Order: sequence, then structure tokens, then C-alpha cells
Amino acid sequence: MNAAQLNNKDADSGHGTDDEQQYLTFIMAGEEYGVDILAVQEIRGWEPTTVIPNAPNYIKGVINLRGTIVPIMDLRSRFNLASVEYSPVTVVIILKIETERGERVMGIVVDAVSEVHAISDSDTQNSPDLIEDLNTEFIKGLVSIEDNMIILLDVNRLLTIDKQLLTLTSELASGLDSESTAEHEENKQ
Amino acid sequence: MSIDLSQFHQVFFEESFEGLDIMESNLLALNIAEVDSETINTIFRAAHSIKGGAGTFGFMQISGFTHVLETLLDEIRSGERDIEQEHIDMLLQCVDCLRGLMSDLQAGNEPDMAQADELKIHFEKVLANNSKNSTESENAGEPCVDDKSTSEQGRAGWIVHFIPCEDVLCTGNEPYRMFRELKDLAEAVNGSFEVECHRQSLPKFSEMHPEMCYLSWTIHIRADVELSDIEEIFEWVVDDCDIRYEPLSDSGSDTTVEAVPESLVPEGETSPPLHNNDAVNTDPKVSAAAEDNLKIDSREIDSCEIDRNEVKAKANASVKVTKKSTETTSIRVSIDKIDGLINMVGELVITQSMLGQLGQEFDMSRIQRLQEGLAQLEQNTRELQESVMKIRMLPISFAFSRFPRLVRDLSKQLSKEVDLEMIGENTELDKTVMEKIGDPLVHLVRNSLDHGLECPEERIRNGKTSVGKITLNAFHHGGSIVIEVKDDGAGLNKDRIRDKALEKGLITKDDNLTDGQIYDLIFQPGFSTADVVSDVSGRGVGMDVVKRNITELNGSIEVSSIPGEGSIFSIRLPLTLAILDGQLVKVGNEIYIFPLVSIVESIQLEKSMLNNITGSQYVMQLRNDYVPIICLQDIFNIKTARQDLEGAMLVVVEGDNGKVGVVVDELLGQQQVVIKSLEKNYQKVDSISGATILGDGTVALILDVSGLNTRTSDKKNDSHIHAA
Repeated sequence: MNAAQLNNKDADSGHGTDDEQQYLTFIMAGEEYGVDILAVQEIRGWEPTTVIPNAPNYIKGVINLRGTIVPIMDLRSRFNLASVEYSPVTVVIILKIETERGERVMGIVVDAVSEVHAISDSDTQNSPDLIEDLNTEFIKGLVSIEDNMIILLDVNRLLTIDKQLLTLTSELASGLDSESTAEHEENKQ
Repeated sequence: MSIDLSQFHQVFFEESFEGLDIMESNLLALNIAEVDSETINTIFRAAHSIKGGAGTFGFMQISGFTHVLETLLDEIRSGERDIEQEHIDMLLQCVDCLRGLMSDLQAGNEPDMAQADELKIHFEKVLANNSKNSTESENAGEPCVDDKSTSEQGRAGWIVHFIPCEDVLCTGNEPYRMFRELKDLAEAVNGSFEVECHRQSLPKFSEMHPEMCYLSWTIHIRADVELSDIEEIFEWVVDDCDIRYEPLSDSGSDTTVEAVPESLVPEGETSPPLHNNDAVNTDPKVSAAAEDNLKIDSREIDSCEIDRNEVKAKANASVKVTKKSTETTSIRVSIDKIDGLINMVGELVITQSMLGQLGQEFDMSRIQRLQEGLAQLEQNTRELQESVMKIRMLPISFAFSRFPRLVRDLSKQLSKEVDLEMIGENTELDKTVMEKIGDPLVHLVRNSLDHGLECPEERIRNGKTSVGKITLNAFHHGGSIVIEVKDDGAGLNKDRIRDKALEKGLITKDDNLTDGQIYDLIFQPGFSTADVVSDVSGRGVGMDVVKRNITELNGSIEVSSIPGEGSIFSIRLPLTLAILDGQLVKVGNEIYIFPLVSIVESIQLEKSMLNNITGSQYVMQLRNDYVPIICLQDIFNIKTARQDLEGAMLVVVEGDNGKVGVVVDELLGQQQVVIKSLEKNYQKVDSISGATILGDGTVALILDVSGLNTRTSDKKNDSHIHAA
């Protein structure tokens, strides 16, 4: 937070208020999304991944990021948008968040990176409640900049909800598994 | 010169914990009937180092407490007091107490002195009991004092003749510091203090060795101080140096002499006590030379220390890379291992420069040399990697060392007689594995003691010796390490386990279980056959945790038991968590890795080998076993060109639940792979134990053989569902 504020003041000392934060925005299916710039570790080009078996379809696989195994999530399929062919200009934003288990690093595939905006919290509006969709959970708020609407994403949610879902599904699966094993054991006798 | 001592605290704590371990193990080894003086000395030295260290770093609680303990040990050491079982028990309690205090201090908390104070009072009582003895002992401890009267006279002061051995400086003992302490001692009671330096034995300058100390001193202390306080200052050097103490008879005669100024330890001239200026004047050359010597010495010693610290820091760094826990841990590494590493790095550098040179003026005629160079590079890297891994390897005695004490205490508590045998203590194991295996092992040993071994009467009734036996055995087996906890007790009671399991609804009456399956029930959560819950064990929390901990380490645990003869718990663990030998296989476009140790064999399938059961499940007869067969492409949903099993490659692997055949498209090479966590940034994936990075920088997944194995049953179930 502090670093962000400092950066803001350096960048545009004119209207730096205390609750301003910088956001990196990117384009996906014609819409502009923003993520907290402090969560962005780096921006890379798309490279082929190693597929993880039985992973949800939005997990494209894992890559080797200088010795760390980093999963890559396709944000289009995460948000149920039509998927597009990856090209050499397809961009992967590597996000890093702090969790109670330590740092988590994950990449998201987006269409293109747009720019960096300083956005104050007071300018953001909550997204309308009428959309009853899981995807709204990731949305921190909406903000307008020069008549463009930017959808601000909650990076922690984006990465951890994903985890919860995964563990939930895997728990369900393992629950089934153990039941089936027990069943099988009984069958054997 | 002020040094921030806190940077050394960690080292002090580590050394002290080690000292406590030494004390503990030696106390346990102590046989009251036949006291080995060397053992007592070792204990004493450990206690003394802790006390000294604690004093240096200002942990007065610890040094004060250790002092009492040391007094008792000293009396035992000098033979004035016969050691009794009570003493050993008390000393062991002290070890525990000190450990507690030290942990508190390490964590930055104010230690709880309640227990320490209690023990201290207890100690003082014991010491007082023998007060007559102990006054005698004090006199006996002063070899140079002829009788009591002189010791009374000694109140006027003392003359100390201090002739250090030549290499006193090399052992890190600086006479100047001792003098300063003496001075402080004297000044504390308003006394005076002077030092004479004798340089008779000073050789010619050309023959002088800069690290040697050729000087000797006579020290006059005109103050009412205890001899024991003076002795304590010389305690570190008393074994190597010639030190004589004489009581000063003419008290107060020469009190005006100045105390030694700081800059002037090695004073120039001979016998008469000198002022600082005189010394410089009389023989400046010699004194300057001597001073130079000293300076060089201390500098050398300093640099030695720095070296050591650096080496240690390096070792720490190499270890810390893989550790992410916030507490800083370190490993003590033998110098041999470090030297080996340095050699290898040297070779690596040579190879690198050779290749670099080759690259600058390369043409195709030199391809042969390039290949040679690369081969050499590969060898260097592998050697380097192996030795770096070796640094992480510690003998398992680190994990075993706590058991003698544990068994001793527990057997007392349970009034059972137990003999603990430990075999294969030098078997080396990765530090991380070692840390995690400690608790499960403790649990198993406690269990064996509590449930396994019978009480002495019962043992005799059953025709055994009254002393039960627990054996801890560690050995290498294939690519893993096996640790066995064996007892010669009653063995597992099958019927009782069955009844209990029935009662808890874990099994049904009609289940016809094999012995192995029954024994495995004890690893179910909440399972305990103990009728009485003791504070030792029997709550039924434990065995499931033991199993879970071991599984987390990619290990497995097995039980075998013979009624009336005992049971064996054997734990099988991977040697290291970081690197494994892998067999690369290809399925579709993906590369997977099997741990080489798990592979039994690889064969090309023929239709005739296969038997089809229940429609989609194939089994194959492999010698006497029926091996279930699974296709990676099916369970991982990979698209592959191959349609049927004929001609496919089959890798037969063995995991926790027996063998399983895995169908793959192609066998690739074997190579060592570094295991990377997939869970850190993602989550646990079924049948995958981790990931690694291949030579071309891409990620390949490592298969979890035991996971695949349990899948065979899932798959059968799946096919049920599909059929339905």
C-alpha cells in the first residue's frame, strides 16, 4: 500500500490522494480489466505448457518460470468467454499473492496488456448485484476512466477462490474415491 | 571495541543444545557401579561450556543455574562424592530444565525460572548435606596451597606464576583477556594488580614464530579474592599451561603500583614490576616485536574465525535454499565434505574455462574436443550435485539420540524393564526427512513400550526374560532407507483388533481379513486397543498420524507381528526429498517420469499376455502375480495415436499396494531429476507426486506410483458406473 502510494505521488503528483492505487489493465474480449499492480510479478509471452492431468479446463498447465513451477490459467475460459487461438502476442501476466501458506504464483492468459492507471478507491463502484454468477466474486469494483469502464479484479480472490473450488472438487472426488475403495474392498471379500 | 554479541546468540544456542545432548547421552551411559571418569569429565566440560557461554552472552539465569550443577559435577569428578542414582536423575532434570530455559531465551521470551529455582534449592540441599566433605574438597582442589593457614593468609593477595604453553594463542586463549579479568577481579574489592613479564625464553627474532607465545608472566594480586575465582579465569588454559599460585605474604606493601594499562600486555623487561612507560623505554625493539607478534596473532585468529564463519554461512546458505520455514536452522558439516566441494568447484571452473576457450576459436575439426569437454562438464556437475546433496545427509543417530532417555523415563514410569538396542546409527538420511521422522518414531517407540512389552511378571510367566527389548534398526534398502522399531513383547492381538474394529464399525462381521489387513486397522483414526488410557498412549490418536506423516514423506509403514514373540514396525522412506533417478516415458505428447526405484521391469505387451476381466479391466500374469494394468492415456485423458494394447510398452511398477502395470507409448531415457513442488503454486494432483524441469526447460510431471496403484480400484469402480 505504502509503496503504491509513493509510486502514485511520483507518477502524478498532481492529484495523489491517500487511497489511490495503481492498476495494470489488460484487454480481454473487448473489455478492460485491472489488477493491483503490486500483485504483478512480470509479463511474459505465451509459451507452451505442460498439461496437468484432470485439471479444470481453465488451467492450461504449468510452466517453468526460472526453476519454479507456475500454473497458467486461461482467464477467458475462467470467465466463460469464447476462447481464442493463442498467438505469439498472447500475453501471460504472472501474479503473486501472499497467503497463509506463503507466496503463490500463478499466470493468467489475457488478450493484451493495456496500461497503468492510478485509481482511487472512492472512484470505484461496486458491481451491480443482479448478476448472479460466480465470476462476480472476482470483481472488486467498476471504475470509469475517460468514458471507458474498467473492471477491477480482486487478485486474491481470483487465485484463492480458484483454490477453494479446486479443493472442494477434489474433496468431493476423494470422498467418492474412498467410498468407492471401501466398496471395492467389500466387493473383494 | 564493542561487538554486537547478539549475532552469535544463535551459535551459542546451537552449541548449548548440543552440549545438553552430550550431557544427556553421557548421563544415561553412566553406570553408577563403575564410574568412568572420562564420562564425568565430558559431562562436566559440556556443563562448563554452557555456563561460560551463557555468562559471556549475559544469560545470567542460565549461568547461575549451571553453576550449581557444575559444583556437584566437580565434586563427583574429583572423587569427593560418590555418584548416586539420585544425582543422575537430578542432573537429567536439569538438562531438561536448561533446555526449556534455552528455548525460551532463543524465542526471545523471559524464561520461567520456577522449575530452575526449585531444582537449584534441591541441589544446594544435596551439596549442603555433604558440607564437611565439600570444604575438604575445596582444599584438595588447591594443589599449591600447603595448608589452611596459608589459605587464610591468602586474603592479602596472590602471586600467580603463569607460564603458558607456546601455542596458547592458537587455541584462542588470549592472556591479555585473562589479565583484564584478573584486574577487574582485583579492582572489584579495591585491590591492586600488577603483571611482570618474563621474556627469557624469547628466541632470536629470526627464529621467532609469529603464532607462538614465548612470554611468561608473574601476576601479583593484592586483593582479598578467592583463589577459586582466580582459578576460574585460568580454567580454559589450566590443562596446557603451567600455573602456580602462591599466597602473598606481605599484604599492602606495594599497593601503589598501577594496574596494567590496556595497550601493554607483553611488557618488555624482566623481573621487577614495571610501569607502562618503562617497558617501552627499556627495550622498545623487543617489546614492539612482541607486541607485533601478539597483534598478528590476534589478527590471524580473527581471520580464522571469519573463515570458519564463512564456511558455516556457506553451508547454511546451501541448506536454506530448500527450506522456507521462518526459523533459521543450520547444519554442521564436516570440513571434509566442504573441502570435497571446493575441489569439485575448482574442477568445474577449469572445465568451464576450457570450454570457453574452445568456444572462442571453434571450428568443426574440434568437435571431438567439445564433446569431451561436455562429457567432463556433465561428470563435474553430477559429482558436485552428489556432494551438495551429501551435505544434507546426516547420520540417523541425530533422530535416535533422544530414545535412550525416552525409554529410560518411560520404563520407570511404567515399571517395565527395557533394554534399548540401536543398530545402524550411521545410516545417513536427508535432514528434512530426519526432522519429520522424529515424532512418528517417538510414537512408535512409546507404543512398543506401552502396549508391546509386557510387565516383567507377565514376561516371566510366558517364559521370557524379565527385561524386554526394543530394537531400533536403520539400514539402506534399494533407493530408500528402512527404519525398524522392533519389540519382543506380546505382539499384536489380532482378535482384539478385530473386535475393536467391529465395535467401531470399521469392518463388518463377514469380512474375512488377512493378518496384514487386520494389522493395518491400527492405523485407522481413533483406533486403540488399550483398555486403560494412560498418559503414555492409548488415546488412539497417533498411529493414524504416524501413518499420515510417513505418507507425506513419500514413505510407507508396515507392521508384522508374531503373537507372543513381538512386533516389527518398518518404515520405508526415500533417501532424499530433492532428487530422484527417473525413467522418462512418453504418452501422447506429454513426458512423465517414473521414479526408477519403483520400476520392477518394462516389457512390450502382447495380446496373449493379457486377460480381460469385467470388460475393461485387464490383468496380466507376471510370474506368480496377477498384475492389474492401467493406461496412462485413459486416467490422464491424453489423446494418443495408439488404439490398442498390442505392442504397447508396459512399465511394471511396485508401490504401497503391490504391483501395477502402466501402459505408455514410449520409453525415453533415464536421468536424475530435481523434484519441484506442484502444490506450492497449484495443488495436489492425484497420481502425481511433483514436477521437474527437463534439460530443454520444459516441465515434466513425476508419477506417484502408490497413487496410480490405488487408482486401479477407482478405475474398476468407474467402469461399474459406466456399465450401469
